[in-house]
Amino acid sequence: MKVLVAVKRVVDYNVKVRVKSDNTGIELTNVKMSMNPFDEIAVEEAIRLKEANKVSEIIIVSIGPKQSQETIRTALAMGADRGILIETESEIQPLSVAKLLKEVCDQEKPELVILGKQAIDDDANQTGQMLSALLNWSQGTFASKLEIEEDKLLVTREIDGGLETLKLTMPSIITTDLRLNEPRYASLPNIMKAKKKPIEEKKPEDFGIDISPRLTTLKVIEPPKREAGVMLESIPQLVDKLKNEAKVI
Amino acid sequence: MPHYSPPIDEVLFTLNEITAYRELTSLSNFKDISEDLTQAVLKEAGKLASGPIADINQIGDKKGATLENGSVKTAPGFPEAYKKFVEGGWNGISFPEDIGGQNMPFALGLSVNEFFTSANMAFSLCPLLTSGAVEAISAHASESIKKKYLSKLVSGEWTGTMNLTEPQAGSDVGSLTTKAIPNSDGSYNIFGTKIYITYGDHDLAENIIHLVLARTPDSPKGTKGISLFLVPKFFVNDDGVIAEKNDLRCGSLERKLGIHASPTAVMLYGETQGAKGWLIGQENQGMRCMFTMMNHARIDVGVQGLSIAERAYQQALEYAFSRKQGKSPLVQSDESVSIIEHPDVKRMILDIKSKIDAMRGLILTTGVYADLSKYHSNDDSKKLYSELVDLLTPIVKSWCTDIGFSSASTGLQVHGGMGFIEETGAAQHLRDSRIAPIYEGTNGIQALDLVFRKLSQSGGKAVDFLFKQIRELISDLNNEDSQDLEIISELLEKSMDSFKISTEWISSKAIKNFNDAASSASIYLDIFGILLGSYFLSKAALKSFNKIKNQKTNSSFYKNKIQIARFFAEQYLPRVINSPVSVKAGGTALGSVDFASFGG
Ligand SMILES: Cc1cc2nc3c(=O)[nH]c(=O)nc-3n(C[C@H](O)[C@H](O)[C@H](O)COP(=O)(O)OP(=O)(O)OC[C@H]3O[C@@H](n4cnc5c(N)ncnc54)[C@H](O)[C@@H]3O)c2cc1C
Repeated sequence: MKVLVAVKRVVDYNVKVRVKSDNTGIELTNVKMSMNPFDEIAVEEAIRLKEANKVSEIIIVSIGPKQSQETIRTALAMGADRGILIETESEIQPLSVAKLLKEVCDQEKPELVILGKQAIDDDANQTGQMLSALLNWSQGTFASKLEIEEDKLLVTREIDGGLETLKLTMPSIITTDLRLNEPRYASLPNIMKAKKKPIEEKKPEDFGIDISPRLTTLKVIEPPKREAGVMLESIPQLVDKLKNEAKVI
Repeated sequence: MPHYSPPIDEVLFTLNEITAYRELTSLSNFKDISEDLTQAVLKEAGKLASGPIADINQIGDKKGATLENGSVKTAPGFPEAYKKFVEGGWNGISFPEDIGGQNMPFALGLSVNEFFTSANMAFSLCPLLTSGAVEAISAHASESIKKKYLSKLVSGEWTGTMNLTEPQAGSDVGSLTTKAIPNSDGSYNIFGTKIYITYGDHDLAENIIHLVLARTPDSPKGTKGISLFLVPKFFVNDDGVIAEKNDLRCGSLERKLGIHASPTAVMLYGETQGAKGWLIGQENQGMRCMFTMMNHARIDVGVQGLSIAERAYQQALEYAFSRKQGKSPLVQSDESVSIIEHPDVKRMILDIKSKIDAMRGLILTTGVYADLSKYHSNDDSKKLYSELVDLLTPIVKSWCTDIGFSSASTGLQVHGGMGFIEETGAAQHLRDSRIAPIYEGTNGIQALDLVFRKLSQSGGKAVDFLFKQIRELISDLNNEDSQDLEIISELLEKSMDSFKISTEWISSKAIKNFNDAASSASIYLDIFGILLGSYFLSKAALKSFNKIKNQKTNSSFYKNKIQIARFFAEQYLPRVINSPVSVKAGGTALGSVDFASFGG
C-alpha cells in the first residue's frame, strides 16, 4: 500500500515572529524555516508503518516556494521514498491545497494520506478535512494512535475530555496530533541517501487548478501586551477579585 | 536558558565565500558533497544539536557526572542523547569510508562540531576524544588492533580517552612515570595513575578504549622514552565480543569550575596484576603517535572557543532586545528603551559578533587546509597546506579559546545583575569556557610552539603564503570605491608593516635569545590572531560589497558584514600596528624583576 504525506514549509517553531511594519503579514526575510512540526509527525508515522511492513512506498508532497524542496529532502532523509513539489510563489489557502492534493491522489492512488492537523503558521486546521470531502474518503482527525487491522484503520483521536477510537474503511485521510509519535532525527547516512531520491517538480497549472485565494487578509497585528500581574495578600482577596473584578465565579 | 539556534547561514557564508570549500568539494574524493548536501547536513545536525543535546546542557551543569559504586554515571538525559548522536552517524562524519566513516570534509565536520559544542560543550567532549583515538589508531596501530577497535570507535558505540597527564607531569609530558612491562604474548602490563582524564569512565557506551602514554623498562629519559598503549576497559575477544574487565578503574572524579557533565577522572591502572595494553606504533615513538591525536584535538578545542562565544552571543542578543532600561537621546520615546539602543551595549554585542565571524573564518580555513593537505592533487601543495595547518593550529587553539572566555564574560556583562545569577545560564558559559585555554596544552605552551617551531618550519613558507594572501586582499580592497573598505585596507596595510617587524624580531630571538622570544610569545600569538581575524572579516566585507554592488542582494546580512569588518579593524588592528613596542619589549622587564622579593 502507498502512503502520501503532505508537508509544509513554515517559520521554525523556535523563531519569535515579528509583524511587518505595514501590518500586511509576518516578517519572513532571513527567518529560519522548517517543516511544520505536525507534518514531521505525519512523516514519522508513515515511516513506522513502512518499517512494520504495512506500507510499501511513502510519497511526500509539498506545495509552496522552490525552497520547499529542502522540506521534502528532510522527509526523504527521515526515510520517505520520493517527493513531489508543486511549486508556487503565491499565497495558497487550504481549499487550494486540498484540491491539488486530490489531483495528486487521483494520479498516485494511495490508500492512505497523512497530514498534520494544522500548520503552525496559519493554524487553519482545514486541509485534511477538505481533502476527505473532495475525495469522499473516510477521515480520522487529531490522531494520537494509529493501527492497521487488515483493511481497516483504527484511529484513536483526542477529543474534549478523553479519547475516542474510530474504525475506518480505507482509503482514508489521517491528520496527526502531537502525541501520535516523536519524530526521529535524520541520520547522516540517510541524509546522503536522500540526495539520490527523486523529487518530481510540478506547477499548480499542470493540474488545471485555480489557486487564487478566496480570503483576503486585511491586517496582521501583534497580540496586546500582557498587563503586569499583581500579588495578592490572601485567598479571600483572590476569591473577591475573581468574583467582582474578573467575574468568573 | 534561551534556545540555541544553529547559525547555518553564517557557516555556509564562511565555507563558500571565505574558505576554499568549493574548490575542495570539486576534488574527486568529495564528489558527492554538493552545496545542497552541505546545507542538509548542517540543518539536520543543527536540529539534533538544538534539540535533545541543548536540552540537557543546564541540567548537566547542575547535576554533573557522579561516581557511584566505582562507576561513573553521567547526568540525566546524557545516555539517551548520546544514543541519538551515535544512531545519527555523526561521530564518523569526516572519517574515511573504508573505516566506516561518512567521508565528508574535515571542515564540514568542524562546523557540525561547532553546533554540538554550542549546544552542550560537556557533552561534545566525549566524541572529541573518541575522534582523537580514531586518528591515532588509524595512523599508527597494527592491522589487528585496527580490525578489533576502529569501526566501533568510528561509529561511537565505544568511546576513546587520552591519558597523558599525571600529578607531576602536566605541560611537561616527558616527566611521566606510568610503567609498561612487556609480556611474552606481545602485550604489556600497565601500572600507574593518570589524572584529569576526560570521560575516563561513564555510562554512555559499552566499552571505553584508553590510549595511555607510559614508559617501557630502560627507556630513554624525557619525551624520547614514551610509548603509546591501547588499554581497553573491557577486553575484546577476536570475534568482537566483549569479555572480562581490565585491571583499571576510575578512582575519583574532580569537582570543578565548569563542564560539570564531563567526567574528569583519576584513572588507576594496574592496582593488582597490571592493566593489559597493546602497543600503538613503535616503542619510544609515543609522542609522535600522540601528536597525531592532539593536532586535530587542538583545533577542536579552538572550536570550543567559537562555540561558547556564539552561544553567549545569542543569549546576550536576546536579552539586549528584551530588557528595557533607561532612556536614550537617540530614541524618541517616553518609555524606557531596550538596552540594545544604548551604544555601549551595541559595542559589547558587536565586539562578540565580530570575533565570532573572525574565529569562524580562521577555523574553517584551517579545516579546509587540513582537507587539502590530504586530498590536493599536487604534492607540493599538499605539503604547503599541511604546514599551514601546523602553523595555524596553535593560533586556532589559543586565540579562539581566549576569546571564547572573554566573550562569555562580555555576554554576561550585557545581562547586568541577571548575568551573575546562575539561573540565567550566562554564567555557565563563562565557567564552561574557562577550561579551554588550559587543556590540550595550555595557551602559553601553544605560544611557545608557534614561536619556536611553527614559524620557522620550511624556512617560513607557510607564513609567506599568508602574507601574500593578505597583501592581495589589501590591493583588492583598494580597487573598490568604498570609504569603509578604504579605511580597512589602510589599517591592514599598516598592520602588515608592523607585523613583519614583530615577526622578524621574534624569529631571530627564537634562535639566539630564549628569554626574549619566550617572554613575547603569547603577545605575538595574540596579534597574529588579530591580524588573521581581521583578514577574514575584511574578505567577508569585500565579498559582501561586491554582492551589493552587483545588485545580487541588499540584505542587512551583507551590509552588516562590511561594518563588522570595519569595527574590528578600527578597534583591534591598532594593537597589531603598535605590536613592535610590546613584542620587542621581550624579556627585559620580565628578566630583570626580582620575583623572589615578591614573596612567593
Ligand atoms: C577538566 C580537565 C580535563 C582534562 N582532560 C585531560 C585528558 O583527557 N587527558 C589528559 O591527559 N589530560 C587532561 N587534562 C590535563 C591538562 O591537559 C593539563 O592540566 C594541562 O596540560 C596543564 O598541565 P598542568 O595542569 O600540570 O599545569 P602545569 O604544567 O603545571 O602548568 C601551570 C602553568 O605553568 C605554565 N607552564 C608550565 N610549563 C611551562 C613552560 N615550559 N613554559 C611556559 N609556561 C609553562 C602553564 O602554561 C600554566 O600556566 C585535563 C585537565 C582538566 C582541568
